[in-house]
Formats: sequence, C-alpha cells, structure tokens
Amino acid sequence: MQEQRGTYNVKSGLAEMLKGGVIMDVTTPEQAAIAEKAGAVAVMALERVPADIRKAGGVARMADPRIVKSIQEAVSIPVMAKVRIGHFVEARVLEALEVDYIDESEVLTPADDQYHIDKWRFEVPFVCGARDLGEALRRIAEGAAMIRTKGEPGTGNVVEAVRHLRAVNSQIRHVVATPESELADLAKELRAPLDLVKQVKELGRLPVVNFSAGGVATPADAALMMQLGADGIFVGSGVFKSQNPEKTARAVVRATLHYNDPKVIAEVSEDIGEAMPGLEMATLEAKDRMQDRGI
Amino acid sequence: MKIGVLAIQGDVREHLRHTQRAGAEAVEVRLPRDLDGTDGLIIPGGESTTIGMLMEEYGLIEAIRNRARSSAYPIYGTCAGLILMAKNVIGKSPARLGLMDIDASRNAYGRQIASFEVPLPVPALGGTPFPAVFIRAPKIQRMGDGVMALASHDGEVVMAEQGPYLVSSFHPEMSEDIRIHQYFLEKVEKLARVRQ
Repeated sequence: MQEQRGTYNVKSGLAEMLKGGVIMDVTTPEQAAIAEKAGAVAVMALERVPADIRKAGGVARMADPRIVKSIQEAVSIPVMAKVRIGHFVEARVLEALEVDYIDESEVLTPADDQYHIDKWRFEVPFVCGARDLGEALRRIAEGAAMIRTKGEPGTGNVVEAVRHLRAVNSQIRHVVATPESELADLAKELRAPLDLVKQVKELGRLPVVNFSAGGVATPADAALMMQLGADGIFVGSGVFKSQNPEKTARAVVRATLHYNDPKVIAEVSEDIGEAMPGLEMATLEAKDRMQDRGI
Repeated sequence: MKIGVLAIQGDVREHLRHTQRAGAEAVEVRLPRDLDGTDGLIIPGGESTTIGMLMEEYGLIEAIRNRARSSAYPIYGTCAGLILMAKNVIGKSPARLGLMDIDASRNAYGRQIASFEVPLPVPALGGTPFPAVFIRAPKIQRMGDGVMALASHDGEVVMAEQGPYLVSSFHPEMSEDIRIHQYFLEKVEKLARVRQ
C-alpha cells in the first residue's frame, strides 16, 4: 500500500494531538528540558523570546539552525520554530532540519509585506497567527494547518489575546447564524474564501485547531483563554521571563488542563514566584505592535 | 454501554464523537472518580509524556490499574495510548499503565515530516482497508506470547490485542470510518456478557 506524506490530514493531525496542551518558547536545550519535564506538549525553538526581541529591536530572523538542532536533541516532544512572514527559504531550511511545525510569525520582522508563504508547497505543517476570522481563513487558504489567535507578544498582557479570541468567536457565531444565501456576501466582507466560510458554518468552529498566543503570563491567564474557547496555549516569554520558570511552567500546564476548576488553578498558582513584568498597551507605539504585521 | 475517554490532552473530542456514533455513551475521564460506571476506556493520541505524567499526578494510573486487576477492564490505546499501555518503552519512557505485554518505541517512524496516511488492510474489519493516519507514530518492537497481531504495515505490527486490551499505532478517529470503535465496543460487550 502507498504511504502518503504531507497530506493536509497529516499536517492538521499533529495540531489535533496538541489540543488541551501548552507549547512553550525556549532558547536553549536546558529550557527545552524544563518545558518537557513540566508537561509541555511541544516547544518553540527560538534565538530570543519575544520580550527580548522587543528590547533588542532591529530585524528579528529565523533562529540559528544549531539552536534548533540542539533543542531537537534535548527533547522527545515536537519541536516548532519560527520563520519571517513570507520568507519561504527560511521555511525550506527549517523543513530540511525536520522541525515538526513551522510558525510563520509576526514576532519576527516580516520578509514580504504582501504575500505569505504558499504553505501548500511544503510537507511540513505551518501555524499562523490571526486577529479575526477573515485573517484566520486567509491563512488556512494559504495552507496553514493550525491557527493561533494573536495577542501582543512579549508584553505579559493578555488583553489583546482576549480581544482577538472574542473577535474570532463572535464572527464564527455570526457566520453560523447567517443564511446560506447570504454567505457569499459575508465571505467578501471577511475577505475569505467562500468554501472555508461554508465549512465554518457547518462546523460551528474553525476547520483547524486554534491555540491562543501572545501575552499569557500566569496560570489564570491560560485558563481564561481556555474558557474563552482556545484549543490550547502558546506561552512565549511568560515562562522563562518569570521569576521561577520551573514552577510557572508546571502551573500553566496544570491550569490549562483543569481550566474549569478554580480550586486547582488556585492550588497551582500558589507560591510560584512573580510573573514576567508586563507592559501596558497604551505605552506601545504603532511601530512596536507586532500583531499588525501580515494581516 | 458507557465508555470513558481519557480527557487529559489530545484527540479527545474526536474519540467521544466516534464512540457515540458507534452506539455507546461516552464520558470524559479527568479524575479517578470519572471511571465509575464505565465499561471500558479509550486513551487517545496526544503527547505520551504529558498524558502519562498528568495521569500519575491525579491518581489515574493507580485507579485504572486497580480496575484492571480486579476484573477484565477493556482499554483501547491509540498512538500515545499504545505507549501508555506498553509494558516496556525503549528510550525515554513516560509514566504509564504498562498493562500489555509489548515493547514500544516512541516516534519510531521519525519526526512529523515522516508522518503519513495509508489505506490499511485489517482482516478483522472485513475486506475494505481502513484509512489509517500515522502521526509521529510509535512502533511495537516486541509482542508477548498472549498478544495477537490484527494489522501490519511494511512488515511491522501496527494494531494488536491481548485479552481485554487493544492498541493501534495509528489514529482511528481522524476519518469518518468508525469500524475500529465498533470493534472495540463489541469486545467490551462480549466481556460484559462473560462477567455476568
């Protein structure tokens, strides 16, 4: 029998297996081991976490392949890595390194201000960020097999993640309530392909897994995003910029699993040290906002 | 008939749906008390290290083992579930149930890039091949005497059973085909009849 690799089923399938879990940003093999030991379902291999990218300024690019490889060697859970929006050569490099998922991410400096990567051409699956339903469906149309609703990365402030997950959910409800005959018009308004809008109406949710990312800093933040309907959580700077990464990582994983149980969240939140320092959105200038990239 | 689906992480929703479509009641199992009244258990795919660790922390490993010791308790483990059912795991081995006499190796087919789907002949399900999806799948490296192979791919056993236990390295919940869930439910029913 003929094996088929890189099918959409196989690509979106790995995201399905991560549901209910936490994916953590890591920059060293030691951090990756801490994340795995805490119960992370995958790690994102990076040169700097978003809070440090913000501080460093300049152009942020794909990580050094050596960092990615050393992290792959350190853990047995899936390893993801980021490429700049539109940078299909960085993506080929990560595919050659056999990363398990590529994040075409606004956290890095975009390489193409018009086009995203044509993700259908790759065997490795992609995850992309979105602030609303139209953006999510455009990315899926380009071949993304997983979505993460964007927050504002590296801020430790969950407000943008909440706003965008609520936006996606409310737009999905609107699609579900819209009669078939008016869907074409709605698709135009969303700037999304009609067949995907139809699929959303049928399913009552996005056709792929949707994690929440950007600004999650505490166990309660993670549970909040889960209660609002996220399938799982990306934690960027939230773990390794906290006072006690081991404890924070463990607590976020457990709060994500028991997101509906305030007693468990209380228990795991106790005595875990200070969360990462946060940033108020109003202090960010337009040029500092990563979420507006590649929409 | 009531089937528990271990709901720590992974493809929980899909297994609940398939079990219901195959004609049984399906409930989420997060804590030991959720096992009460279940006639069998499905362990979905996900990350075996995460699932095993959290099962152990919340007392599920002990609770399920006790249940299995006192009477035949049917369990179906898929992908990560296969690893959690294996007596031995080669390499880094997560906390697990270890109820079935097999040795498993994790991610044995390679990283995600090597994941695949294939129409898989499963004689016990009839002539039509089963649409099997392998995602960072484990391999069965050794089977004990009481273990029976149900399907093979590329010369390797990918689905097997031993008494009340069933495992597959692939995901049966990722297509519309519910025959493997039906097969498991028949097994559960047969065992329930024997107990009576």
